[in-house]
Amino acid sequence: MTKITGAEILIKMLLEEKVKHIFGYPGGVIIPLADKLYSVEEIKFHLTRHEQGAIHAADGYARATGEVGVCIATSGPGATNLVTGIATAHLDSIPLVAITGQVNSSLIGNDAFQEVDMVGITRPITKHNYLVKDVKDLAQVVKEAFHIARTGRPGPVLIDLPVDVQVNTTEFKEPSLRKLKGYNPTCTGHSGQIKKIAKAIEKSKRPIIYAGGVIILSGADKELTRLARKTDIPVTTTLMGLGAFPEDDPLSLGMLGMHGTAYANHAIQSSDLIIAIGARFDDRVTGRIDEFAPNAKVAHIDVDPSSISKNVQVDIPVIGDAKAILKELNTMITKKEREEWHKMISEWKKELPLKYKDDDKLRPQYIIETIHDMTKDKEVIIATEVGQNQMWAAQHYTYTKPRTLVSSGGLGTMGYGFPAAIGAKIGKPEAIVFDIAGDGSIQMNIQEMAVAVLEKIPVIIVILNNGYLGMVRQWQELFYDKRYAWTVVGGEKGTVCPDFVKLAESFGAKGIRIEKKEDVKKSIKEALKAKGPVILDFVIEREENVFPMVPAGKSISEMLHGLA
Amino acid sequence: MSKFVLSVLVENKFGVLARVAGLFSARGFNITSLAVGETEDPDTSRMTIVVAADEKILEQVKKQLNKLIDVISVQDLTEGEHIGRELILIKVKAPDTKVREKIVKVVDTTGAEIVDVGKKSLTVEESGDDHVIKALVELVRPYGILEIVRTGKIALRSDSE
Ligand SMILES: Cc1ncc(C[n+]2csc(CCOP(=O)(O)OP(=O)(O)O)c2C)c(N)n1
Ligand SMILES: [Mg+2]
Repeated sequence: MTKITGAEILIKMLLEEKVKHIFGYPGGVIIPLADKLYSVEEIKFHLTRHEQGAIHAADGYARATGEVGVCIATSGPGATNLVTGIATAHLDSIPLVAITGQVNSSLIGNDAFQEVDMVGITRPITKHNYLVKDVKDLAQVVKEAFHIARTGRPGPVLIDLPVDVQVNTTEFKEPSLRKLKGYNPTCTGHSGQIKKIAKAIEKSKRPIIYAGGVIILSGADKELTRLARKTDIPVTTTLMGLGAFPEDDPLSLGMLGMHGTAYANHAIQSSDLIIAIGARFDDRVTGRIDEFAPNAKVAHIDVDPSSISKNVQVDIPVIGDAKAILKELNTMITKKEREEWHKMISEWKKELPLKYKDDDKLRPQYIIETIHDMTKDKEVIIATEVGQNQMWAAQHYTYTKPRTLVSSGGLGTMGYGFPAAIGAKIGKPEAIVFDIAGDGSIQMNIQEMAVAVLEKIPVIIVILNNGYLGMVRQWQELFYDKRYAWTVVGGEKGTVCPDFVKLAESFGAKGIRIEKKEDVKKSIKEALKAKGPVILDFVIEREENVFPMVPAGKSISEMLHGLA
Repeated sequence: MSKFVLSVLVENKFGVLARVAGLFSARGFNITSLAVGETEDPDTSRMTIVVAADEKILEQVKKQLNKLIDVISVQDLTEGEHIGRELILIKVKAPDTKVREKIVKVVDTTGAEIVDVGKKSLTVEESGDDHVIKALVELVRPYGILEIVRTGKIALRSDSE
C-alpha cells in the first residue's frame, strides 16, 4: 500500500466528516497542513485576522448549522489565542474541533520556540483533547475527535499536531470507534423514570417547563412544543434555550432569571412542578438558591449525569438524549387544561410586562423590537456580544425558531458576537444575520471586518452605543453609588471614540450613525440592502438600564423593575 | 471531610493521570494516596485513590470522572467490603547492637520483615490493611523513625459477603 503524509490523512478525515468550512490562521509549524489544504476544493478556508476570531466563527457556524465547527491555529501564541474561544464553546456545549500546530515532537518539553503545552492548558476547558505523537494514530484521533465533539453533551475537542507528524508518512488505516471503551453517551432515558414525569404532570396544578440549550442542541424543539401544548404547560427558557419554543405562543413566558421576565420568575417561584430539560440551574437563573421555587417538585432531563442535582435537589432525574426522552414522554401524556394556573400567569403578564419608556428618545429596546418587526417573516439569526446589548437582544426580540440566537451564555465572552455572526452567515448564507453589539464588545474583535469585507459577508452590526461598558456601569449605578470606575469607554458625552462610521469605511464597509428614533427604520432598510457588512452605530440613551433585574445573591422573586 | 476510596479503571495512555488528578486539584481536594498499575488487560490501568473530601462535592467529582473519555469505570469502595492493601518501608534508628536486637525482636512478633540492615539503621517492610500498617508504625516509633515511604493503598471489592 502507498504511504501518505499526516497532513493528507487529516484532510482525508476532514472530508470524510464532510467538513466544508475551516476558520484559521497560519504560522510556522502548521504550514505543511496549510499547504496540503490549499489545493482541496471541497473545503473552504477562511483566513480570519485573529485566532480568537477564527474559533468564534467556527463556533457561530456550529450554532447556526448544528454541524461541528472546525478551526486551525499555529503553535504557541496562535494556539493560546484560541483559549477563550474553547472555553466559550465548552460552557455552552458547542461541538468544535480545534487543531493546533505543535513544535517537532522531538522538541516537546524543551521550551522550544513557540512551544506551549496546549493539552495541559486546555484540559479543563475541552471535552477531550489529544496530542498526536505518531502519524499512525492520527486517523483514529480525528475520527474520535469528531465523534466526541458531536455526541452526548457536545463540546470542543482539541487536537495538538506536531509539525513532524504532519509530514511523516504511513499507510492509511480505516479508524474505528470501537476503541472508545470509556465513552458511551447515554441515549435513551429510563422508561420508568419518564413514566414518573408523566404522572407528576398529571397530578400537578402549577407545572412549568424550564428549557435550556440542550433542546436546540439535540433538535428537540418539536417534541417540546408538542409536550407543552398537549399538557397546557407554560414554558420558560434560559438564554441558551431562546428559540427552543416559539415565544409568540401564549404558553411562552420568555426567558427567566436575572434579567428574565417578571412573569417567568413569578411562575417558576409559584410552581409545584418544574420540568427542567437540559438546563443546569445556574446561579443567573435561580438567584438565591435556598429560596428558589420552594414548593416545586423537580424533574430533570439531561444527557449529562453530572448536571443532575448539582445545584438543586432533583426528585425525578432522567438521563439521556432530550429528544428521545420527550418523544417517549409524549406517548404517555394526556390532554390537559389548566385554566386557574394560566389565570394567575396572565395577571402577572398584565401587571408586569416587559416594558421600557417608549418616548421620542433613541432607546435600545425600540431598536431591537424594530429589527424584529422589519424582519420577522424572513430567516434571521441574531448574534450578540455581551452586556446590556445581549440582554436587550434576549428580551426584546421574539425568537420563534431554534438556532436563531447565537450568544455566549456560559462564559459571557465580549467579542464573541461579530466573528460568530460571520461564521453563522457562512453556515446559513440565506439568513439575514445581525450582531447586536455594545460599543465596548465590538472593539474586541473588530479586526474581523476585513474578512467580512473581503469575502463579502453581509453581516449587520448593530452597535447600541452608550459610551459605557454599560452592564458594569448599571451595577455601579445600582450598587456602587454611581462611581463609574473603569467603565467609560466612549469618552465624555458628545465625544466619538472610535468613530465607528469611519472605522467601517476604513475597511471598505458601510457605516451609518443614527441619533434619532425616527431614523431607525430607514437605516435598517438600508443595511438590509447592502451586499457587504454594515455598521449601524446607534447613539442610544447613555444610562438606559436593563430591567427587570434580580440583584446578585437575591431570590428571583425580588426583582427591580426600574422607572419605566 | 471524610476519607473515600475510589477505584478508577482507565485507559493505559499518557496524560490520563493528569486528567484524573486535575479533577481533584481543581476543587482543592488533597489526594491522600494514589496507586496506579496495569490490570489483567495491558490496555487498561487501575487507579486506587484515597481522598479526603466533602461528600456532596465528591459525588460531583465521581460524575466528572465518569465523564472523562479515558475513564472506563469508577467504583466507590468506601462503603461495603473491600480488600485494601498497602506496602510500607520504615527506616528505624538502630545506633548499636543492643537496640538492633530489640527492634528485631519486636518486629519478629509481627508479620513484618527486616529488609535492610545499615550501620545505624534498620529498614522494615510490611504490607497489609490500614490497621496492620498503623500498628507497625506505632510499634517502632519509640526507637526513632528516620524515614517512611508508602505505596498508597490498592483495593479490590470483596466477593465474600
Ligand atoms: C472578555 C470580557 N471581558 C470583560 C467582561 C465583563 N463585562 C461584562 S459586560 C461588560 C460591558 C460590555 O460593554 P459593551 O460591550 O459596551 O455593552 P453594553 O453593556 O454597554 O451594552 C463587561 C466589561 C466580559 N464579559 N468579557
Ligand atoms: Mg456599551
